[in-house]
Amino acid sequence: MIHARGLTRVFKLKKEAVEAVRGIDLDVEAGQLVAFLGPNGAGKSTTLRMLTTLLPPTSGTATVAGRDIAHDPAGVRARIGYVGQKNGAGENFRVRDELVTHGRCYGLAPAEASRRADELLDLLDLRPLAHRKPGTLSGGQRRRLDIALGLVHRPELLFLDEPSTGLDPKSRAEVWSHILRLREAYGTTLFLTTHYLEEADSMAERVVIIDNGGIIADGTAEGLKNDLAGDRITITTATEQEAATAAGMTGEAAVEVEGTTVRLRVANAATALPEYLRTLEAIGVKVATAETARPTLDDVFLTLTGRSLTDDDIPT
Amino acid sequence: MTTFLRDTATVFTREITPALREPAGLLFSMGQPLLFLFLFGSLLDGAVGSSWQWFVPGILVMMSLTAPMSSGYLMLVELLGGSMERLMVTPLNRTAMLVGRTMKEMAVLLCQAVLIILLALPLGFRLYPAGVLAGLAMLIVLGVGLGALSFVLAIKSAPSGNLFYVVTQVVLFPVLLLSGVLLPVETGPAWLRAVGQLNPISYIVEAQRALFAGDLTNLSILYGTAAACLIAALGLWLGNRAMRRGV
Repeated sequence: MIHARGLTRVFKLKKEAVEAVRGIDLDVEAGQLVAFLGPNGAGKSTTLRMLTTLLPPTSGTATVAGRDIAHDPAGVRARIGYVGQKNGAGENFRVRDELVTHGRCYGLAPAEASRRADELLDLLDLRPLAHRKPGTLSGGQRRRLDIALGLVHRPELLFLDEPSTGLDPKSRAEVWSHILRLREAYGTTLFLTTHYLEEADSMAERVVIIDNGGIIADGTAEGLKNDLAGDRITITTATEQEAATAAGMTGEAAVEVEGTTVRLRVANAATALPEYLRTLEAIGVKVATAETARPTLDDVFLTLTGRSLTDDDIPT
Repeated sequence: MTTFLRDTATVFTREITPALREPAGLLFSMGQPLLFLFLFGSLLDGAVGSSWQWFVPGILVMMSLTAPMSSGYLMLVELLGGSMERLMVTPLNRTAMLVGRTMKEMAVLLCQAVLIILLALPLGFRLYPAGVLAGLAMLIVLGVGLGALSFVLAIKSAPSGNLFYVVTQVVLFPVLLLSGVLLPVETGPAWLRAVGQLNPISYIVEAQRALFAGDLTNLSILYGTAAACLIAALGLWLGNRAMRRGV
């Protein structure tokens, strides 16, 4: 559905060339739900804007929904849907009017555009708001309207740029339940950017991590966590002396000691912890507490870049 | 060509619908040029010959300058929000996006023009239908060009929008005054007349006055038409280019 090769975009800022996206290669097959994850300024939106023909790439090529973004941008536009970071409905226009207009923009006949608008109003629980203006809607309602707009022409591929940013947890959950339901109903391929780690973790089948304009990891959330981060074991001992001894018994695993606390990373905590405890028992180290934690995507990002995704990432 | 017309109609319908749903604003917009016409026109009565014949086309040109600015402003608002981006991702024809938006302003302008002409008739305005129709057609071409130019300005002004306000404020008034829309430039000093000669709008004003006077063979009509077409071509070319380069 998406095949990008060497996609690059350079911005000129006061005569200085800034490479926002550096040679991205990406393949997304039909039906996938891909989360594009990275800190602010990593190049997520710029990549998305190139794939949706909003921005011509400086170099590189991409075919989206079978059409070349440079040679047949109109062909790409006709086949994809796009839900941008900002709200898509114009402030002066009524909700239903915008839905009908949007269908007309894709060449639907007036009656058909009208029918689709009504269908989506029902599907996304927007019916009571049909004659309101977007300014009077709540954040969650506006986001649902944006998604409805992106779906009017039943695209095979839907891009969503930060679909849930700025929403309260309840609205976020609602938006997500709609996205997943629509996917089930239409089999749409979904490509979305997010900087909510839990969201990428729980919703996406595939996570592509971007940092500093380049893709640094690509796989299932489980796979990335197993391969790149591993589980975390944390034990505490009675004395610092014992903690130091315990830290020396970890073999290959990465370990850090802080006072009486010992933390280590292992591939599989469920099997490694009992074994570790037995070893410590045998040499007479008394373990006070022991716990294991599954890694998060943030641990993956930390392993890859030495930075935490949440550090510089304040949701706007 | 059929997609172009269909897309233009789509954009036009989108833009005009809110005005039709709330006609109060539309009524208000009818009032402003009338105020200008009667306050200014009465003042000028006698000063420039038959003032209505001179002043009605002037007011129409003035409105054709300000209307595209307001459609540029509306586009700026949509650029700063997300709705312009949303429309840009649809296969909607780019030129149709520019033309359809301006056509809404021009539709309002045509209604205003009819109203002004009807009200000026009893005051001594003589109607030359062929000239008036040709004049209005020329103004639509001009409006499309200026509309497209104001969209380019709006695109260049994003994300802050400041540039748009500065340029429209700084440029609009000198262009207006130097074109002889409100006051005759011919009676001004030589340097003023020279600057007026460089202003493409001056040619359109002269052409409009000739057309509204029924003087259909006047050479100024040719110059005015050329100026309007050049502005339209330049505007649409720049507008398309700006959108292709990324919004």
